[in-house]
Amino acid sequence: MVNALIGGSLIGLAAVLLFAGIGRIAGISGISATVFKRSTDQRWALAFLIGLMVSGILVGWLLDKQPLRDLSAVNVPILLLGGLLVGVGTRLGSGCTSGHGVCGLARRSPRSLVATLTFLSVGMACATALAYLGNQL
Amino acid sequence: MKPIFWALLSGACFGAGLVISGMTDPEVVLAFLTLDASWNPALIVVMGSAVVVASLGFAFAHRREAPFADPEFHEPTASSLDARLLLGAATFGVGWGLSGYCPGPAIVGAASIDVRALIFLAAYLVGSAAYEWWLSNAQPDLTPGIAMSAGASAGDG
Repeated sequence: MVNALIGGSLIGLAAVLLFAGIGRIAGISGISATVFKRSTDQRWALAFLIGLMVSGILVGWLLDKQPLRDLSAVNVPILLLGGLLVGVGTRLGSGCTSGHGVCGLARRSPRSLVATLTFLSVGMACATALAYLGNQL
Repeated sequence: MKPIFWALLSGACFGAGLVISGMTDPEVVLAFLTLDASWNPALIVVMGSAVVVASLGFAFAHRREAPFADPEFHEPTASSLDARLLLGAATFGVGWGLSGYCPGPAIVGAASIDVRALIFLAAYLVGSAAYEWWLSNAQPDLTPGIAMSAGASAGDG
């Protein structure tokens, strides 16, 4: 749980750095869409994503986290369906765990509170149902 | 400090936080979302501590007239609780509950060449692109409120 506290605080700090520095909301789904659109925002969005990836690789290596490389241990159809739904849903709902769940709640946005409660409860219902069905098969 | 360095530093801090907290492992996320005997509360601790730090920091930032490296704060302006928000959040919830991935951990995982994250991220990008395509081809008269919400979409996150 100490790791969760430290990691969570760093995520909060990241949101503060982006907001205090350039006045932007650290929402990953929004930033990853911005990077594909021709605009003056493309530069900072790309810089953010490069920082995210390089730091993720380095810290993962330092902490000896092993990425999964064995494709046979993966449920490919479920991952593909999940990815499609997260791609559509985060654009339609204007945000994900970071934009609504962290930044939006910190800004006390009613929209983000509703969105966060929605994706948390639906996510829990879905994961719990899938685990239950998996145990039955 | 130049704008892109703030963004680079923020991204680096975010990536470190995701890895240290264990959120880049979809099994840890699914252990939170799956309500059973082996329930793991880590995700809510991560989200809670991030929200506390961010709300304190945002309050501090708001004491200034403007950010350090930009003329103004770019805060979301949308305030309506519409069907799009609910439908989008619910759709995201289903995908998250199936896969254990949300966009941040998937990007970090894909950069680390984790096969699960690579497969998820490819489908995620297709889903996002399909939505953008639909948005740019939708008839305005058939879909009231699109323009307003589209403007807000970059804002919320």
